[in-house]
Amino acid sequence: MSARYSATRTSLRTGAIMVVFTLAFTALMASTYGLTRPAIEASKQEAQQRLVDEVLPPAGYDNALLDDMVRVDAPGALGMDGGARVWRARKGGEPVALVIEGAATDGYAGRIELVVAVGRDGRLSGVRVTAHKETPGLGDYIDPKKDRRKDAPWIGQFTGTTWRDVDTAGWSVRKDGGSFDYRAGATISARAVTRAVGRITAFAAGRLDALFAAPAGSVLGEES
Amino acid sequence: MSPQQFREIAWNGLWKQNTGLGQLLGLCPILAISTSTVNAVSLGLATILVMAMSNLAVSSLRNFIPYEIRIPVFILIIAALTTVVDLSFNAFFHDLYLVLGIFIPLIVTNCIVLARVEAFAAKNHPLTSTIDAVMMGLGLVWVLGLLGAMRELIGAGTLFAGIEMIIPGASAINVFGDDYPGFLVAILPPGAFFALGMLIAAFNAINARLAARARRQPPPAPKAPQAADGQGGTEPVAAG
Repeated sequence: MSARYSATRTSLRTGAIMVVFTLAFTALMASTYGLTRPAIEASKQEAQQRLVDEVLPPAGYDNALLDDMVRVDAPGALGMDGGARVWRARKGGEPVALVIEGAATDGYAGRIELVVAVGRDGRLSGVRVTAHKETPGLGDYIDPKKDRRKDAPWIGQFTGTTWRDVDTAGWSVRKDGGSFDYRAGATISARAVTRAVGRITAFAAGRLDALFAAPAGSVLGEES
Repeated sequence: MSPQQFREIAWNGLWKQNTGLGQLLGLCPILAISTSTVNAVSLGLATILVMAMSNLAVSSLRNFIPYEIRIPVFILIIAALTTVVDLSFNAFFHDLYLVLGIFIPLIVTNCIVLARVEAFAAKNHPLTSTIDAVMMGLGLVWVLGLLGAMRELIGAGTLFAGIEMIIPGASAINVFGDDYPGFLVAILPPGAFFALGMLIAAFNAINARLAARARRQPPPAPKAPQAADGQGGTEPVAAG
C-alpha cells in the first residue's frame, strides 16, 4: 500500500492530470483561434475601411486602398513608433489622395491617434481621432461621435484647408495665435490635435510624389 | 432537480447572494464598465457566458480533478473559456469588442467566476451548476444594467447609446433632449461609487424590510396581513 500511494507516485499522477488538462484546453483555445481568425481579419478590415470612408469619400478612388499601403518611419512628424501606415487612393491609376495615420503625443491624457486624408493637391478631405484618453465630456469633443455639436463638429474645421493656406504659426488654436477654433474648458486636447494635423499635413505636402511612387508594402524613412 | 431547488438557486443568484449588491464580488468591472447601459449589459452577458461554460465544464469534470490541483485546473478552464469568448466577441461583435477592450480578458480575474466554480460547480451536478451560473450571472447583469442606465441617464442624458454596435440600425434614446448639458461626475469613476452605494443602500433597506416583515408574522401564515405594510414606513432607518 505504501508504495502505491507514495509521494512520488502521487505527484507524478497529479502532474500527468495537470498536463492532460492543459493540453485539452490549449487545444480548445487553438481551434477557436483557427475558427475565428477569418472573421476577425474581416472585421478588422471592415472597421479600417469604415474609418477611411469617414475621411475620404469612397467615390473618389477605385483602387483597393487598404492593400496599397506603405509604412513611413518618421516618429518626429507623425508621432508613430515603428512606422505609420499610409494608404494611397488612386483613380484609374492616377494618384488621388493619401490617408495617413499619426498621433499627437501631447494630449491632456497621453497620446491621441488620428487619421488624416490629404488630397493630391494638398487639401485635407477629413481628419478623425481614432484613439484617445481625453476627459469624457470635456476634451473628448475632438472625436465627432462625442461632440455635442453634431451639425458642425469641431474636427470638421480642418476639411478643405491645405498646408499652404495657413502659415506655420497658424497651425495651432486661436488662444496661441493660431487659426483654428477650440472649445472653452479643454484647450490642450484641441491644441494637440491641431498641431499634429499641421505636422502630418506639412510632412505629406513635402513629399506627395515620393509617397505615391513608393512600391506598396515598402518602408520609407524620414528623409524620403 | 426539484422546483424547490431551482427556486432557491434563482433566489440566491438574482437577489439574496447577488454578486454586485450582496456578495460585492467582481466590483472592478462593475465600476469600470458601467458608463453606459449597452457596455454594462454586454460585459454582463459575456460574463454569464464564461460563468455558464466554466460551471458546466468544472462540474462535468469534477471527478477527474484532484483536490490538490483544483485551483490551477479551475483557472486553466476559466482562462481558456474566457479566451474563447474574447475571440468570439472579436470576430462577431468587433465594435463592441473595441469598446469593452481589456475587460473581456479580465473576466478571468473576476472572482465571482472562480467563486461559483469552487463553491458550487465542484460539488454539484452539471445541470444544477449551469443554472446556478446563469442565475448568478443574471443577478450581475441586472445590477450592471441598472448601474449603467443610472450613470448614462444622469451623465449624458441618453439611454442605450451604442446599441447600433449590437443591433445595426437601432439608435439611442435621447431622454432629456439635445440641450441637456450632461453631468460629468456620473460618468467618471466617482459616479460609479455613488451609484453603486445608492443601489446597495436600497438593497439593504429592502432586505431589512423583508426581514422585519418575516419576523412580525408567524411562519405558517400563508398570506401577509395588509397591516404590516402600514407600519413599514419607519423601518429603513435601520438599513444604513
